[in-house]
Amino acid sequence: MDTSRAVVDEPAHESPALLHHFATKGQQKNAASLGMWVFLAQEVMFFGGMFCAYLVYRYKYFGDFGSASQQLSITLGTINTAVLICSSLTVVLGIRAIQLGKRMALVFWLIATMVLGLAFLGIKADEYAEKFERHHVPGASFSYHELLPGQMKLPAAERQYANPHHAEMFFSLYFALTGMHALHMVVGVGLFGFLAYMAWRGKYTADYYTPIENAGLYWHFVDVVWIYLFGLLYLIDRHR
Amino acid sequence: MAIADVSDSGERENYLNAGHGLKSWLLTVDHKRIALLYLISITFFFFIGGLFALLIRLELLTPAGDLVQADTYNKLFTMHGQVMVFFFLIPGVPAVLGNFLIPIMIGAKDLAFPRINLLSWYLFIIGGTLMIYTILNGGVDTGWTFYTPLSTEFLKTNVISAIVGIFFAGFSSILTGLNFIVTIHRMRAPGMTWNRLPLFVWAHYATSIIQILGTPVVAITLVLVALERLFHLGIFNPALGGDPLLFQHLFWFYSHPAVYIMILPGMGIVSEIVCCFSRKRIFGYRAMALAVLGIAVIGFLVWAHHMFVAGISIYAALIFSLLSYFVAVPSAIKVFNWTATMYKGSITYQTPMLYAFGFIGLFTIGGLTGLFLACLGMDVHVHDTYFVIAHFHYVMVGGMVIAYLGGMHFWWPKISGRMYPEGWGKLAALIVFIGFNLTFFPQFILGYMGMPRRYYAYPAEFQILNVLSTAGATILAVGYLLPMVYFLWSMRYGKPAPANPWNAAGLEWQTHSPPPTFNFDEQPVVTWEAYNYDQIDEIPETEEVRVGH
Amino acid sequence: MFGHFPLWPENASTNAGNVDALYIFLLMVSGIMTVLIFTVLTAFAVRYRKRKGQRAEQIEGSHQLEITWSIIPFCVMLVFFIWGAVIYFQERTPPQDATEVYTVAKQWMWKFEHREGQREINELHVPVGRDVKMIMTSQDVIHSFFVPAFRIKQDVLPGRYTTLWFHATKPGTYHLFCSQYCGTQHSGMVGWVVVMEPRDYEAWMSGGGNQPLAVTGQKLFSELGCVTCHRSDIQGRGPNLVGVFGKPVLLEDGRTVTADENYVRESILEPGAKIVKGFKPVMPTFQGQVSDEQLNALVAYVKSLAAPQSGRPANANGMAVAAPKP
Repeated sequence: MDTSRAVVDEPAHESPALLHHFATKGQQKNAASLGMWVFLAQEVMFFGGMFCAYLVYRYKYFGDFGSASQQLSITLGTINTAVLICSSLTVVLGIRAIQLGKRMALVFWLIATMVLGLAFLGIKADEYAEKFERHHVPGASFSYHELLPGQMKLPAAERQYANPHHAEMFFSLYFALTGMHALHMVVGVGLFGFLAYMAWRGKYTADYYTPIENAGLYWHFVDVVWIYLFGLLYLIDRHR
Repeated sequence: MAIADVSDSGERENYLNAGHGLKSWLLTVDHKRIALLYLISITFFFFIGGLFALLIRLELLTPAGDLVQADTYNKLFTMHGQVMVFFFLIPGVPAVLGNFLIPIMIGAKDLAFPRINLLSWYLFIIGGTLMIYTILNGGVDTGWTFYTPLSTEFLKTNVISAIVGIFFAGFSSILTGLNFIVTIHRMRAPGMTWNRLPLFVWAHYATSIIQILGTPVVAITLVLVALERLFHLGIFNPALGGDPLLFQHLFWFYSHPAVYIMILPGMGIVSEIVCCFSRKRIFGYRAMALAVLGIAVIGFLVWAHHMFVAGISIYAALIFSLLSYFVAVPSAIKVFNWTATMYKGSITYQTPMLYAFGFIGLFTIGGLTGLFLACLGMDVHVHDTYFVIAHFHYVMVGGMVIAYLGGMHFWWPKISGRMYPEGWGKLAALIVFIGFNLTFFPQFILGYMGMPRRYYAYPAEFQILNVLSTAGATILAVGYLLPMVYFLWSMRYGKPAPANPWNAAGLEWQTHSPPPTFNFDEQPVVTWEAYNYDQIDEIPETEEVRVGH
Repeated sequence: MFGHFPLWPENASTNAGNVDALYIFLLMVSGIMTVLIFTVLTAFAVRYRKRKGQRAEQIEGSHQLEITWSIIPFCVMLVFFIWGAVIYFQERTPPQDATEVYTVAKQWMWKFEHREGQREINELHVPVGRDVKMIMTSQDVIHSFFVPAFRIKQDVLPGRYTTLWFHATKPGTYHLFCSQYCGTQHSGMVGWVVVMEPRDYEAWMSGGGNQPLAVTGQKLFSELGCVTCHRSDIQGRGPNLVGVFGKPVLLEDGRTVTADENYVRESILEPGAKIVKGFKPVMPTFQGQVSDEQLNALVAYVKSLAAPQSGRPANANGMAVAAPKP
């Protein structure tokens, strides 16, 4: 029997997990899924505004953005990308577990996801701290004196430095984008904490694990946003 | 099982008497109760915004700035705009009438996510509270448009609290839109196909698409403005390499589609009313449904027509002007189709129909003047003048508010179980119509003559038109107060309403007035087309109204 | 009291007549449309009111009608679009030999500087019958230069120049308004445009021994040290600026840009933004060291450096045009 799509259409009075206003469990599950997809659509637009601002200034201040990008740690960024991708994997493993009815395995994978999420946030905090130390946080104490990409190879007299205002623009967008992303991750971690607790209490079965699926969708979205952020913030002009 | 034609709401359980006490209202998940919570809240904000409007018009009675100080006036027009747009017009019809009617119209027991619906209202209240705080703490004077670098660098008022308040209201709007989309997709009763949906539902579907795709953009833009103020970032500040035009593009990317959020639900209301009071199916059902979708989609492509003199390139201006003419076409289609619906109809003139007539006429004028503004050479002259103010008040007040009032009268029996007094209804409609035109028509002339927006002192030659406008505003205020009074009066003393006082088509009229908590006694099964007035009018009005089984 | 009830401002420029003609056309079409719809609505409301024994006739729709009343209005709207676009194009394309006036807007006043050196605040004197081009920037927030009698308007932005031009046709005094909300005294940021007969204008110009803007610019060019690198012979570390203005410039990164007012301004404030091909990025920035007025003077000076073989000077007002001697 194919348990991967174990949706059973029971009439209302037979299933306690069914909410009063839905006619069948199938309808409830479909509604919840569509709801999450619609929510993610608006999240795309939400991040989209910032991505738009980033692209405009990246085009306008091409070299300066390259210079500022090189001040980020590509090592930590790559580690974080790997951590997030693994955390998406753990969510999927959790869903697989509950599809097979394994309650404690689900709890385990949910907690693993949270741990990885917190690891990401910890590494991010470390990156932020480094930026703070080097006065790369936009605002009153911002100070920037770095070369444009590719300038190291030139004789000292000919090197050109990046425009500090434009570098500050990069960092404004860096903190806005990664900060908003981090906020979404905090919500996600909290959400998984709640779901892990409910899973431990036995709320989810092979028949009903819609909240886990939808939370997983949300988490995958946050992951995809990070992948775009990683590329746009960390990987530009690295070839110079 | 038939619905008894005379309401027996005294004995029967309905959503109003199921559960008493504040907690049963503040913790409700019944979409109908949430709709009433919204009704009270947005009415409150409407009167606050209206109060600001009256103060503005009072100041403008004389050419000199002699009623309030310059800064106060700047706060008045800013907060009038913010309160009216974000706390009345945007939530307005969807949160009140949409919330109440959509589940019933499609034969469902509730929206897809009742708890998120309640959350929406609480987010709105939080936003509204922040707005009230902003007002009481000295106000904000950025203009409702928040243009930078004025709003980021040069003003010392409560910009951030206003932004956070609007952010919450926006999030509330997004969740409402999300709820409607999922509901309309997934919760339709058996037999309620897309082609049988009332146009009211189609209109809200299109509106919801705009809500979820557009609102997040203004949300993040305002967040960036707040961050810029807090941390002296330079994203929109030319002195630090930023671009003030980037702000304008991001702001208008939402704020233009936002006007379609405001008008489309009103168009949905008008379709319902015109059909009922002409006793006819809508002319061109498919065209009308496609038109609202078309307006929603094309509406996303025209935002920079607010920026023709802002410093964009000539070529960008050409493109946006052309696209703006595209969006006019589906709107025109709707006006023609409503008119055609009346052809060979059997028309009566109760209050809702009077408002519908008013809408069609005033929206026509408002829409046509939009064509003036889309026209590049014309817009250069009238941009940022009273011509623009007149245009958008014609569509938002002459259109949207009038449609809203029409809808409130039309569905009041269903919502409250009472009839409003018809004579007063007609009188108020007339007063609103006269007051509205007297207020805003002179402003077209003022605008072409060159009176700029947001001026509290103006050259003397503009005075007479301003006086006419203010006179109209006071009349309009009376027109708005009357329904408040008689609706409240009717809740106690109004004639009890039957299930279907208008003998209208639509599932909402097939259930009691007011409806039971779960909307229907039994799950409806739809076997008839929308606006089946030919079937309805075949049944003599004394017989029972048919309910699907 | 009812003697003079104007419906539109005075017609005082070539553009005003064009815009008024378009306005009247729009009014006529809209008027016809409105009357048509109102008439039909009223006719139907009366003719098809509920009558005993008569039933409504259900009409599904008509594809033909839908298409007809979509296409015809759209074609009419295309006329609006094209007519408006033509006027807009004309409005945004200043003629070549226009008299230039530099404008600096600030909260809450208009500062004008004529090329000949006259400075005005809130009042702008211009000659009738001549093309006048405003080169405008703001010191703080966005403002907007609006003269209803000319039917012309342009936002004035901080950090860059925007331009606007007009050709006044009638002597007189006309309102000038700021039409972009700019803070407390937005309503007070008003003034006058005084259009004068040529003789009166000459008289006004010669009163007051101001030095032409480009000469001020030349002095600044020397004082600030620009002349050290931007020499008129080719050995300078910076490009030779003679004849540069208005021409295309090839940049290091391969792009070609036109040397307009914004380019010159940017080159002074953010020299690293665009490097001319063949030169090194060694020019220091003058951000914070020059005011908007001084920038205007420098721009005017660079403009005045027309190529020698053009015969007469680029600007027709007795400007010193020869390149500075090394």
